[in-house]
Amino acid sequence: MMSVRPTGPLVLSVAAVLAAGTLTACGGGSASDPNTIKIAFPKDTDNKVTVRDNYVKDMAAEFEKEHKGKKVKIIPIQASAQDYVTKLQQMMRSPKTAPDLVYEDTFLINSDIKSGYLRPLDDYTGKWDDWKQFDSTAKSAAKGQDGKTYGILDGTDTRALWFNKKIFKKAGLPEDWKPKTWDDVLKAARTVKKKVPGKIPLNVFTGKGVSEAAAMQGFEMLLYGTGQDPLYDTKSKKWVKGSQGFKDSLDFVKTVYGEHLGPEVDQALSPTMQTKVVTDLLPKEKLAIALDGSWLGQQWLKTGGSPWPEWDETMSMAPMPTQNGEAPGEVSMSGGWTWSIPQKSKNPELAWQMIEHMQSKKNAVEWCVRGAQIAVRDDVAADPKYLNSMPGIKFFTKRVEHTQYRPTLPVYPQVSTAIQEAMEGVTTGDASVGEAAKSYDEQLESITDGAVVKK
Amino acid sequence: MSTTDLAAVGKEVPGRGGAPRDQRPVRRKNTWRWLPIAPATVLLLLFLAGPIAYCAYIAFTDMQLTGQASASFVGFDNFKKAFADENFRNSVLLTLVFTLISSILGQNTLGLTLASLMARSTRFVRSATGAVVICAWVLPEIVAGFLLYTFFSKEGTLNEILAFLHLPSQNWLYTLPIIAVSFANVWRGTAFSMLVYSAALSEIPKEVTESAEVDGAGSWQRLWRITLPMIRRSIGTNLMLNTLQTLSVFGLIWAMTRGGPGNRSQTLPIFMYDQAFNKSLIGYGTAVALLLLVVGALFSLVYLRLMREEV
Repeated sequence: MMSVRPTGPLVLSVAAVLAAGTLTACGGGSASDPNTIKIAFPKDTDNKVTVRDNYVKDMAAEFEKEHKGKKVKIIPIQASAQDYVTKLQQMMRSPKTAPDLVYEDTFLINSDIKSGYLRPLDDYTGKWDDWKQFDSTAKSAAKGQDGKTYGILDGTDTRALWFNKKIFKKAGLPEDWKPKTWDDVLKAARTVKKKVPGKIPLNVFTGKGVSEAAAMQGFEMLLYGTGQDPLYDTKSKKWVKGSQGFKDSLDFVKTVYGEHLGPEVDQALSPTMQTKVVTDLLPKEKLAIALDGSWLGQQWLKTGGSPWPEWDETMSMAPMPTQNGEAPGEVSMSGGWTWSIPQKSKNPELAWQMIEHMQSKKNAVEWCVRGAQIAVRDDVAADPKYLNSMPGIKFFTKRVEHTQYRPTLPVYPQVSTAIQEAMEGVTTGDASVGEAAKSYDEQLESITDGAVVKK
Repeated sequence: MSTTDLAAVGKEVPGRGGAPRDQRPVRRKNTWRWLPIAPATVLLLLFLAGPIAYCAYIAFTDMQLTGQASASFVGFDNFKKAFADENFRNSVLLTLVFTLISSILGQNTLGLTLASLMARSTRFVRSATGAVVICAWVLPEIVAGFLLYTFFSKEGTLNEILAFLHLPSQNWLYTLPIIAVSFANVWRGTAFSMLVYSAALSEIPKEVTESAEVDGAGSWQRLWRITLPMIRRSIGTNLMLNTLQTLSVFGLIWAMTRGGPGNRSQTLPIFMYDQAFNKSLIGYGTAVALLLLVVGALFSLVYLRLMREEV
């Protein structure tokens, strides 16, 4: 009995501390108010990057002015890409925390539709004049397997190689560089490494830190250049396992990091890498080639996080080639983000009005310009303000012709995580290409309940 | 012992004469005695037993955070999966390494050393050391995590110091992340052990130590024969609390390495988070959480047994 005495207060205080910790972590639910809508969207981990925050803030202010008595509460979620997803899903699970409007990445939307987190918007789009301005891919971007629409796409993107002309000149590489094969890309990187020491030759996103950016900008940009339907076989409706293309793509990643053609591995695996490339490595001219997205320019505008208006004197773009130059000779992947209304929102009506407000033609153009988006509406795409917004917009719009989309299936986010893990394994050297591919195949089989096909 | 015995005897004596008359007031007194701890009990049931029970339920389902219309009962599938999962076994191993290095060897030994050194030093040194060490403990976990990240990272403080001394630099967060996070946990948690041991050491009667000294016991002998046996209860308590706390460390590791690179610092709490929230497998992650609870319970049982011996 006595032995408990001296530690009694300690145990109690530890319990109190633990309880306090748990209790405070659960707080933060807010009461709902029929005149207020809550908007949740991701905020960059770099505080200087506020392109989307500013846009939503401006929209909210206008909306409050036009709708007397209504309030917009913005909930910027400052987190890494994966943490944003997790937080959003947890918020949407409970009516107490569910926002009224959320910004959903299209890679996730089918998964969240299946979970019942989102509300179909067909009743609204049916009565909405502007809906016919959206092109057909935009309309299908947020379509569930039940054929209903669950989100309004506000722009799309394409992907390609960005390169620094000045570094290329020093390395003796052409300023109008246009690689035909993966080998050409690696050759250029090796030349930079040899001739211009101190610069990072090539960045390919990898690992779990940057999440979907690794899977899409990094891996799929390679994989989709190795043949038809390399990830998901649309004919048999099964996921592809054991393909040579998968191993070759992993081998490319391994070569980049194994030969030190990429950034240092610990930097590459950091969750802030995506921001670092666009706000630091490229504008400070530390990186020669970046396999990245069409939206980088948004940070270099005067309104961006890292203003660099004269970037087009330094940077140029080239399409990402297929593995051995197979037709059509280039690869691009497209995604985009939608505005969606959670199932548990208490003010769906008002939330829809906010979507309409953001998608008035003027505001839609404004977002495409500020966010360096590729327009998905015909009226926006034809707007001179959009067409002249930024150098490079023509180049990236042209990529739409041969661009590809990720499989729009509920299990995709889990497949993506498995891809990121395989990449991380070969990047650190913890796994060989064969081991990483095998472990991916095993995970794929369990994720998809055996709906796999060997290619 | 003596005080409780006396109290028991004291109660019994008047009871013997008029037992039926005294029974009621005593019982009423006992019910009233429950009152002060009732709120705590309710809170514990609500916020501790409740979540654990819910967790035990989810662990037997295939609940997912996303991509699933409704969850269903799957029996022991999650547990079977865990034991067959190479990454799970890796995490168990890393958790044991982390606990052994940072809690049992690090915090515990260092805490005892500091406490015994402080017992012998001047008041000024004592309070200065105490203040510095406790500062690390008072810092919120996430703040400590970021501080230690900036200390160990490649362009961090440690490498600046090493460069200044012309010593080779380190990149432990990448090459030996489990050691880096273990050191971090030692840095953060030593204060707790130090406090426990300071209190325990101050309770050793001076006469005992002095007479041992007169009998010619050297300082090692005194430590081994006098000090350690006399504070063994505190050692047991401290080890138990330390171990349990270390087993569940999450924020520190998450801020420093996120369990990476690869899974080189993925202890069980990180593994569990990764499965539940990154891979959306809430059911599986919860099953792992339950297994973590079992590991903690096993440790506690061992310590409790050790403490009970020879009472």
